[in-house]
Amino acid sequence: MAVEVVKRGGKPATTAGGPAGAAPAGLSAHLQKRLRANGSREFALDAQLAAPPGITILFGASGAGKTTLLDCLAGLLEPDAGHIALRGRVLFDKAAGVNLPTRKRSLGYVFQDLALFPHLTVEANVRYGLAEIPGKEQVRRTAAILESLRALHLRARYPGEISGGERQRVALARALVTDPDLLLLDEPLGGLDAPTKSAIVDDLRAWNRAHQIPILYVTHDRGEVFALGERAVVLEAGRLIAQGTPHDVLNAPRQEAVAQLAGFENIFDATLDATHEAQGTMTCRLAGTAVTLEVPLSRVAPGGTARVAVRAGDILLATSRPHDISARNIIPGVVLTLEQRDFMITAQVDCGVRFEVHLTPGARDSLQLHPGREVWLVLKTHSCQLVVPST
Amino acid sequence: MDWQAFLLTVKLAVLVTAILLVLGLPIAYWLTYSRRRWKFLIEAVVGMPLVLPPTVLGFYILLALGSKSPIGRWWEALTGHTLAFTFEALVIGSVIYSLPFTVQPLAAAFSTVDAKFVAASATLGASRLRTFFRIILPLSVSGLLTAIALTFAHTMGEFGVVLMVGGNIPGVTRTVSIDIYDQVQATNYASANQTALVLLAISFVALSLVYAWNRKVWAIWPWR
Repeated sequence: MAVEVVKRGGKPATTAGGPAGAAPAGLSAHLQKRLRANGSREFALDAQLAAPPGITILFGASGAGKTTLLDCLAGLLEPDAGHIALRGRVLFDKAAGVNLPTRKRSLGYVFQDLALFPHLTVEANVRYGLAEIPGKEQVRRTAAILESLRALHLRARYPGEISGGERQRVALARALVTDPDLLLLDEPLGGLDAPTKSAIVDDLRAWNRAHQIPILYVTHDRGEVFALGERAVVLEAGRLIAQGTPHDVLNAPRQEAVAQLAGFENIFDATLDATHEAQGTMTCRLAGTAVTLEVPLSRVAPGGTARVAVRAGDILLATSRPHDISARNIIPGVVLTLEQRDFMITAQVDCGVRFEVHLTPGARDSLQLHPGREVWLVLKTHSCQLVVPST
Repeated sequence: MDWQAFLLTVKLAVLVTAILLVLGLPIAYWLTYSRRRWKFLIEAVVGMPLVLPPTVLGFYILLALGSKSPIGRWWEALTGHTLAFTFEALVIGSVIYSLPFTVQPLAAAFSTVDAKFVAASATLGASRLRTFFRIILPLSVSGLLTAIALTFAHTMGEFGVVLMVGGNIPGVTRTVSIDIYDQVQATNYASANQTALVLLAISFVALSLVYAWNRKVWAIWPWR
């Protein structure tokens, strides 16, 4: 198979060879990779991924295989099987024997620990990827990218002499200056304070508007998922278990791991009592209690066990039993504690299991809530997510 | 003090150090980054001069360079004279004998260079050669310096191999360590002491420079 080498800094010469259905402007990959992690448990990555131009968030707990996936895309690890195509170019195809070396893949990779070269100045670090263009042009482009990321004043300094946020800007500049076809960002903004983070995110968004390449952005911070992503995919134990808009993925989790990452405060064991196929619902009983919940229909056999996840912000509180209401789950309980954090009250309510409920100070005052008060929790069926327990 | 022997020895040490840098860099690189299963065999071969008696090593080098060996015959056809007991034979013998003193510090230094830097260099489009000269080698400066100093000092002071393959021809193969041996045999202790002291000083200065550099006594490189 003929694979043309793309000149760094130039626009790619596209070649045929991608599989039918691959987005010509984006990334499509199907990868399998087995790893023996530290001789202990074997880890297997098996993921099918399509990323159009724009930011795709790769979300998952640590150890889910996010970095392994990026390393396979970058060619730093060789997958055992699969196919990777980028903007119509085949980067890897096990069956056809294609495995383009990393240096010819035309990608930018910001590593989790940045990997800025300690013996080179900021300017030399950024220029490093421009070796094949004339010197004058190198200087001009290096200055331009540093300027746009507000790091030009750092150019004579060494990585050891600048702050963490500055290092992250420089690492981003070094990856962007080569005008890559694919950008891989492995938690590039980890450990930064919110204002610094959002300033860098704005710069990245501005760059992306002008360049329109697929960007894979790894994070385990759900704030970043909503702030950045047009699309999110969730990786768990080497598999892509969910993909869609950040809203879809994080608000209707199917795995306990995703529910935890997505901020579902209440996660309980439950036993399935009955299914109501016609209504599209099931009833289940929370383990160790008489509390039954109506939840959306899913593939759990009666008598089987599952986990139920509910967001604290999706639960309503009433001081008398509500009637004539569409919500199907009304559970009596007793307020245990009320705790204020900023403008949100966190209530712990004992219903046999302990529910966390979020409400506003105004709601607390008008309901005259206090510890010991009897209340009713009101939950919509679709606020209750049945999730598969994490192993 | 036999200045002829001293200059000859310095010439030998400089030449051997230069040749070993050219040979040692790729060998050390290969030993660090190759994933071949039989890598340990090459490591063992490279390390052999550390443990073999110099007479054993010298004996086999002598056989390999002699008139009956292919190398010796090829050399005679090329130059018209034998290879054994010449300065060239001394250089070949010393290169083999000092090989581990070049390769091991280099390989040790290369292996401490974080793999992330090598990976980052590749993602930035750099070839392996560029990665080696721009990233790996600059980050291994102390290993490089150690290799140079050890190789130089070790070649300056070698005795057994030199005697076996070079003999003791003044101005051709007579090095300072052989000179010292001769002076002692002739009970000329004052002269032996003079030469020995010079060798001692050179070794001490070379090692002091290496250890001082490795402890960053002088801030002569700006990164931290």
